[in-house]
Amino acid sequence: MRVASTAAQHHGLARAAGYAVLIASVLLFIVPVLLMIIGSLKPDDRVLMEAGTVKALWPDSVSLRNYADVFRRADFARFLFNSLFITGSIVIAGLLVNSLAGYAFARLRWRGRTLLFNLLLAVMIVPFEAIAVPLFYQVSILGLRDTYIAQILPFIANAFSIFLFYSFFIGLPRELEESARVDGAGVLRTFFFIIVPNARPVFATVAILSFLTWWGSYLWPLMVTIGPRVRPLPVAIATFYTLPPLQWGDILAFGAMMVMPVLVVFVAFQRWFVRGVAASAIKG
Amino acid sequence: MAAVTFHHAEKVYPDGSRVISDFNLQVTDGELLVLVGPSGCGKSTVLRMVAGLEEVSSGEILIDGQVVNDWPPQRRDIAMVFQNYALYPHMSVRRNLEFPLTMRRLAAAEIRQRVERAAAMLNLTALLDCKPRVLSGGQRQRVAMGRAIVRDASVFLMDEPLSNLDASLRVQIRTDIAALQQRLGITTLYVTHDQVEAMTLGHRVAVMRAGVLQQVAAPRELYENPANVFVAGFIGSPGMNVVRGRLDTDDRGLVLLLGAARVPLGAGIRTRHPGLEGWCGRSMLIGMRPEALSLTEAGAGLMPATVRSAESLGHETIVYVDAALETVATDMAATARGTGDGAGPPLAAVLPGHRPFKREEVLNLSVDPDGLYCFTPEGERI
Repeated sequence: MRVASTAAQHHGLARAAGYAVLIASVLLFIVPVLLMIIGSLKPDDRVLMEAGTVKALWPDSVSLRNYADVFRRADFARFLFNSLFITGSIVIAGLLVNSLAGYAFARLRWRGRTLLFNLLLAVMIVPFEAIAVPLFYQVSILGLRDTYIAQILPFIANAFSIFLFYSFFIGLPRELEESARVDGAGVLRTFFFIIVPNARPVFATVAILSFLTWWGSYLWPLMVTIGPRVRPLPVAIATFYTLPPLQWGDILAFGAMMVMPVLVVFVAFQRWFVRGVAASAIKG
Repeated sequence: MAAVTFHHAEKVYPDGSRVISDFNLQVTDGELLVLVGPSGCGKSTVLRMVAGLEEVSSGEILIDGQVVNDWPPQRRDIAMVFQNYALYPHMSVRRNLEFPLTMRRLAAAEIRQRVERAAAMLNLTALLDCKPRVLSGGQRQRVAMGRAIVRDASVFLMDEPLSNLDASLRVQIRTDIAALQQRLGITTLYVTHDQVEAMTLGHRVAVMRAGVLQQVAAPRELYENPANVFVAGFIGSPGMNVVRGRLDTDDRGLVLLLGAARVPLGAGIRTRHPGLEGWCGRSMLIGMRPEALSLTEAGAGLMPATVRSAESLGHETIVYVDAALETVATDMAATARGTGDGAGPPLAAVLPGHRPFKREEVLNLSVDPDGLYCFTPEGERI
């Protein structure tokens, strides 16, 4: 009995230690987000003053004044629209283009397929920064600077997205497609009527991953945009910093509003996302 | 309804492996022809070539007199039932049945009528709004059949449709398929590796081995007159025993030398093998159906045999024995390797009733001379 109770105590301690580590990890990630949201609700002068105290997370009073300030001092609605339009276009067009490409690599037989697929894998490891300057040159020659197209078109086809689709499609039972073809569907109808409805997890995964990537994109929009007309939120918040007077509450409110769509998208799709990550075997 | 004809059809993969060789076969209008053979013999490839899911490397496949080699599957007017049913998981049973008709742009009223007719025929009406994942194996199988039936296609292709079902359900659905095919009269190619399924379902059975058609015949003909030792060994459960022997004559006429035993040949075997006399004095392969072996009283036995194992099925017992005979594996690849190690397959004997046999027990077996078959040393029927 005594041995059993000691073992139980050890088990309880190990469990408690495990929880402590988990809670510490969660705090590490969530505290900056909480500081941003709570800071955005405080009067401007309190933000820095209370930064190192408990009040940083527990304000005396709450107001939405900073949010109103953001809309007053910057054309936030325009930047939000720009970000939503650019990211949304990349995601939607990307789902169509990359899924079709992934399907072609996974299922269709055509000359040069292996070569092109190996090239695709190679492209995945090239960082964007390496091609940013040549791409900028190309966009300038085409006269596309300071346009939506320059911020959308180069990012629709994406090697990693194609690879995710490819990995998922290759695991789907081939008989499903063969059955559809015998039932009278051609390649495209088989894809849209049979494959797509059975590949929702991978569509959600790719949608979320590309939304996260392009929502926070900073370097390229900074390079190709000249004025605020087609500028997305990340570039806008950088210029907002430099807008006198320096108001930390406003900046945090801007940041909080910028993060909101990401959270909404993630919560809406997370069920599919988790399944998709498991199904595409890209754990971690 | 249509006839399906294979004319020197071949399938060679890009790596040079030839999986179907010089395949010639005619499936007549309304016939249920079963393609049977061991795993990997190419029977499913033949089916997929008819469906248009595999290209024909050379030769021709004709459906209803038209060469269809280059036609895509959707143009061939065939319906196919897959081994794993291939039901569309995101669609209800109704949508699964409607899909082939929607793809052919039939009018909505026509689609509804056909789906309801097929559902009633297969007892699926109550399941029309269910998704495939909630159905049992048997129900899924019926939906797969339904999806083929609604089409009114001219040819049915079935690729081992019962292999995922348990034994009792398999027997029941096998009967249903036979009845349905008879009722609809649709030309059907049915692939299976199960010779019982082949023998009970097929109007004719085509036996394949390593991409080569071995024999096409009605089930009974196949059992009674196998074209070679492979067919003899494949058809029947257990298959035919094959041993090395020699033909000779004595005062009783033609006798077969089987080990130490001399079996006088009756009229039955001589009718079956009219050219047998020409083989006098030569060695050959002798086939013995397990049902042709029986137990005799001690001392009167044709051959003493030692029990290796026994399986009692209740109404009969299958005994595997070692006798003083050189047995040959009916898979000719094994024959080519020879049985020089002396460890040939055991002889199988099917004995009536239930009787416990002990391992190493010595039995005396005799063989009915009319149950013997003669093959050339290469395994072809004489």
